[in-house]
Amino acid sequence: MSPLAQELLAAVVKCVAIFAMLLTLFAVMTFIERRILAFMQFRLGPNRTGPFGVLQPAADGIKLFFKEELMPADADKWLFFAAPAVAIAAAFMAVAVVPYGPPFTLFGREWQLQIADLNVGILYIFAITSLGVYGLVLAGWAANNKYSLLGGLRSSAQMFSYELSLGLSWVGLIMCAGSFRINDIVNHQQGMFWHWNMFQHPVAFLVYFVAATAEVSRIPFDLPEGESELVAGFHTEYSSMKFALIQMAEYVNLISVAVLATHLFLGGWHPGIPGLPSVGPLGFVWFVLKVAFLLFVFIWLRGTLPRFRYDQLMDFGWKVLIPVVTLNVLVTGALVLAGILR
Amino acid sequence: MTIDAVLFYVLAVVVIASALVVVGQRNPVYSAFALVVTFCALSAIYGLLGSPFIAVLQIVVYAGAIMVLFLFVLMLLNVRREEGPKRGKSMRVAAGVLALAFVAEVGYVVTIAERGSGSATFDASTKPMAELLFSPHFAYTFLATSVLIVAALVGAVVLAKKDEA
Repeated sequence: MSPLAQELLAAVVKCVAIFAMLLTLFAVMTFIERRILAFMQFRLGPNRTGPFGVLQPAADGIKLFFKEELMPADADKWLFFAAPAVAIAAAFMAVAVVPYGPPFTLFGREWQLQIADLNVGILYIFAITSLGVYGLVLAGWAANNKYSLLGGLRSSAQMFSYELSLGLSWVGLIMCAGSFRINDIVNHQQGMFWHWNMFQHPVAFLVYFVAATAEVSRIPFDLPEGESELVAGFHTEYSSMKFALIQMAEYVNLISVAVLATHLFLGGWHPGIPGLPSVGPLGFVWFVLKVAFLLFVFIWLRGTLPRFRYDQLMDFGWKVLIPVVTLNVLVTGALVLAGILR
Repeated sequence: MTIDAVLFYVLAVVVIASALVVVGQRNPVYSAFALVVTFCALSAIYGLLGSPFIAVLQIVVYAGAIMVLFLFVLMLLNVRREEGPKRGKSMRVAAGVLALAFVAEVGYVVTIAERGSGSATFDASTKPMAELLFSPHFAYTFLATSVLIVAALVGAVVLAKKDEA
């Protein structure tokens, strides 16, 4: 095989593997989230389908497959159809540049657990996630329903308010690592765990976590779908597989936010204690543990916090988060310039 | 044909087709969405030319920020159909003349443009771009643009606040 064909084949295999992994994780997440939430609220949750209810996602999938596909009479047919596709495409494209572990050698060839190692990786993710908002906006508009429209407007306003702080929270790390490449940022955090950016840039980490929660519209920032006011927000009119696609896009976004937080702030695949092995598949284990913990934190938040009011959300985003993160960029820049922070 | 060439032609067709939709559509939301597609395909072409940085900026700035605002306003006003002044005969003639001039211009540029890889010497990746942007040659223009944008921002806030006072 020619080198080009080899590269292409490797890329296709990786794409399929990551698709399969994310889809499985999506199914598992829906189940685990419901179970954990139930335990937090002194309920049992879905425990009837299969042992401990583990077959619940499969049952949900079958149910969604056989549901009737509804198209509102006054909906804009094309955009109503395109919106879930845009949402899911943006969600999956974002994970194309994140690494899943350190590179290792097998069969005399260097393997990267990553589809594309872009030298502007982090900017690429920022760009793609900003495209994800089109899915919500178009879904809200195309359904021609007041609840949907208001939900779509809310989510777009929320997204671009919090996107700013999200992007700015990365600037400090990029300054320290001196690169936009995610691998470089991860390797910058080698050594003891206090080298992790989470401890080196605590303010940036907090801002990132808050802004990311808002970006994926999770509680306490799930206003776009606040059911007491907006039924289900932008996806009120969606049913069957289109609804499943939107749901899937949300979970994939959540997973990619957790993956990104792991790489940027929690040291990626580095265990944080020198001496513990982190080569090849072992690095992948550390990475998965961190991601799983972050996903649990998201569920934990959902079980704990009430929802913000809309004006509180906007005030918080523009009047607290953005000034704080801008100051953080200035201070980090000064410290880097003075040689204190590296 | 190499893969690059195939990709380029596919993307070029997408760019042109979606750009035609932008101007040909009566529904403003369709136009805005088609423009997003144009930007994305254009950004892919930049990536193909070996400049991921510019490709990503194209999406962040145009598709990610500006067009979202456009769509936001369109949705807020809930414009379903294009509204505007009636097109008179004089408008049509003027449009035709402008279109012809544009075609002539582009045709001229294409015919005199150097064939081959004339632009391959310029490295448009992140570091050289930044060095160029902050070099004495461009730094002042860059700073002046930043000040201009901040001034525009403050101006927008002042104008928006005017009614409240």
